[in-house]
Amino acid sequence: MTPPATITASAPPLARLRGITKRFGQVTVLDRVDLDIHSGEILILAGENGAGKSTLIKILGGVHPDFEGTIEINGRPARPRSPLEAASLGVRVIFQELSLVPSMTVADNIFLGRALTRRGFVDDRRQRREARDLLARLGLDLDVDRRVEDLPIARQQLTEIAKALAQEARVLVMDEPTSALNEPEVEALFRLVRQLKERGCGIVYITHKMEEIETIGDRVAVLRDGRLVGGGSLSEVSRDRLVQWMVGREIGGQFPDRRGEPGAERLRLEGFSVPDPARPGAHRVRNVSLTLHAGEILGLGGLQGSGASDLLLGLFGAFGRQPTGRVELDGKPVTLRCPADSIRQGMALLTNDRKATGLVLSLSVTANATLAGLPQLSPGGWRRPAAEETATRTLGERLSLRAASLDQDVQFLSGGNQQKVALAKWLQIKPRVLLLDEPTRGVDIGAKRDIYELLNALTAEGIAIILITSELPELLALSDRILVLHRGGATALLPRGEATAERVLAAAMGHPPTEMTP
Amino acid sequence: MTTPPRAAPHVWARCWANPSSRAFAALVLVLALGCWFNAEGAFYKLGTHRDALRQASVYGLLACGMTLVIVSGGIDLAVGSVLALSAVTFSLLSIHWGWSAWLTVPCTLLVGGLCGTASGSITALWRIQPFIATLAMMVFARGLAKTVSGGMKVSTAVQQADGTYQFVPVPAIFRGIDSRVLGGNLSVVTLVLVACALLAWLALARHRWGRHLLAIGGNEEAARLSGVPVTRTKILAYAASGLFAAVAGICQAAQEQQGDPEAGVGYELTAIAIVVIGGTSLMGGRGGMGLTLLGMLTIGYLEKVLSINAVPEASRLMLTGLIIILAVLAQRRRRS
Repeated sequence: MTPPATITASAPPLARLRGITKRFGQVTVLDRVDLDIHSGEILILAGENGAGKSTLIKILGGVHPDFEGTIEINGRPARPRSPLEAASLGVRVIFQELSLVPSMTVADNIFLGRALTRRGFVDDRRQRREARDLLARLGLDLDVDRRVEDLPIARQQLTEIAKALAQEARVLVMDEPTSALNEPEVEALFRLVRQLKERGCGIVYITHKMEEIETIGDRVAVLRDGRLVGGGSLSEVSRDRLVQWMVGREIGGQFPDRRGEPGAERLRLEGFSVPDPARPGAHRVRNVSLTLHAGEILGLGGLQGSGASDLLLGLFGAFGRQPTGRVELDGKPVTLRCPADSIRQGMALLTNDRKATGLVLSLSVTANATLAGLPQLSPGGWRRPAAEETATRTLGERLSLRAASLDQDVQFLSGGNQQKVALAKWLQIKPRVLLLDEPTRGVDIGAKRDIYELLNALTAEGIAIILITSELPELLALSDRILVLHRGGATALLPRGEATAERVLAAAMGHPPTEMTP
Repeated sequence: MTTPPRAAPHVWARCWANPSSRAFAALVLVLALGCWFNAEGAFYKLGTHRDALRQASVYGLLACGMTLVIVSGGIDLAVGSVLALSAVTFSLLSIHWGWSAWLTVPCTLLVGGLCGTASGSITALWRIQPFIATLAMMVFARGLAKTVSGGMKVSTAVQQADGTYQFVPVPAIFRGIDSRVLGGNLSVVTLVLVACALLAWLALARHRWGRHLLAIGGNEEAARLSGVPVTRTKILAYAASGLFAAVAGICQAAQEQQGDPEAGVGYELTAIAIVVIGGTSLMGGRGGMGLTLLGMLTIGYLEKVLSINAVPEASRLMLTGLIIILAVLAQRRRRS
């Protein structure tokens, strides 16, 4: 791999980033990244989840003032220490998480933090007039008097863009701005972006979607594991090359051998859909069918917004009655309206955020490890502390859990050990189907290895596993088959022999489906 | 904050890290205060302790239910009003209607339980904040108490058909609850409290429901995704709180020999203070009945020490306020 270290064009760049390095604790998330942003050009910043794209734009946008390297804007050294300072340098970043105040109107939001005032009071009339002018100029059809919370997500996103452009922006950074937009809205956004480009803005555009890269990009820069690994003019870079840059890392060594011997069919989904409550008529998961066999690991591949997590949550009953479609467990149709239903049927879901949705941090290891299995452990309702402790100790030994005591609050455990407690909770119910959403996220290498080996052991016992992981090597090494999702729909089903990083990524970015036989 | 420290911390530090020992320290401090300002030996008299416990018992009963609600991440502001409603109902049924205690006690408990169930349902089913839901119940139950009693104290002076008042004898159940046992050294009310606290402790520490309450208070979404029946569990907590408030109402009525619709105003705040001084977190997910009992003794003895020293009520209130803040500061967990 010989990536061009810098990508240059003829005119001097609007912004020049050199040797940007950023560490969080021990982890280096950006390693000597160089990037030039030119006037009148749309630069696509591409890379897998966790490649460092967001961190890079946060540095440019003043969110992370603490980094190594230099930034020049218009040829002058700059070091934005806050989003406000970045804005005054002409750098505007539109982050994925909207930064709007829901209870305020569109106009108020556009002028948030720099309200137009007269004698100390907000000049409402002028704000509304100027907001209307701005929206007209940008070609956005938004009512300035509507409250943001009353707008659909797509319109909120447009408000966010309008807010970013209310002040003259020389460099505009957009992080997946189309993730919540539908086709016509995407069209409108693209028109706007092109307009800005013609006016001489430099635009950095982050996206996971291949068609967007090809439609709107002029130049591309690819990050992988915090390093700039490639880039160039999009007219010269082929699709395959791009995917290769994004993926190209060595796989193997860190994973145990996978010897899956799938047994009988355990779970079958037909036409499973999860509606999106925020957007009536839209779906987070659309018409997905799959089968899962005893002793098998089915990997779910997909990038952000693929709907994989929602598929698992919906299947588990976390969305109540909303999901539609047919679910069969061991050949019998089941209706799972709430997590308790699923647990009774022997299903378990390890969520992707153990602190927010997995563990009760204020409770002990034992209390957490026995939470889901409490009905069995407390016949007649009365708890049996001794039985709970024995059960926890057994599972803790199996998972090589390291805790000072089982009465310790889980909040004081390391990430890896917390994850083991969350796993113990689900093994306690002796599941038939184990749904794992990012089981190794935020877990140290040693604990990761423990978890990989556990998965092999569990499947050897006949437990069926659906696995989501955003780490492609992990997905490839652990899965017997991989179902790839793109924007809520299945785009490919790849058996172990045929699954390559390139194919998974291509399908995850919305390439036409390859052989789809569920 | 990743791995537990290898070197064992000093024994005192470990002791101090345990919330029950800190709650105990607060109690010892108040008792020491009593020994220091013993009002010429009055603090050493058995009767003083009997009265301190008796006076604290009604608050303690409310605090039992409050603990169950607070560990689940909620709060119940209605307990004072439900106490009044229960006291009025109990007096009305026992004194005016002459029902037997076998009927009046269950009926009163039912009234309290229903009030709790209502506020629990409002907050759990309709997702209205517990503060708002129980505030509404606090106002509603007070109004209901006044309606039922006609706005007057329900006493042994019963209005006759001709408009005159006639005194009727105090029912036996009233005398029974207001009496003392063990040679006059222990109030029956205190025994009622001990029984109720034991029940609440069993529920919280030994029953699946108590574990579910703590899990919901600590992380409701994680609890839901672990199969905890969140709605039912929460409603039951408020129902239990209403039930304990009814027991407190019965005790209060027996002690006053009347049902006062104005009774229990502000008691909910004392009950909350007891729970918090014990060291149960208002955020939920942490705490227990043992802590609440320690908190009750601390508040009860504080009141007693101040009153035997004839500290005027104005100063007493100010001192109580200060001590609550100090106790809560001492309880605060150090963040890493």
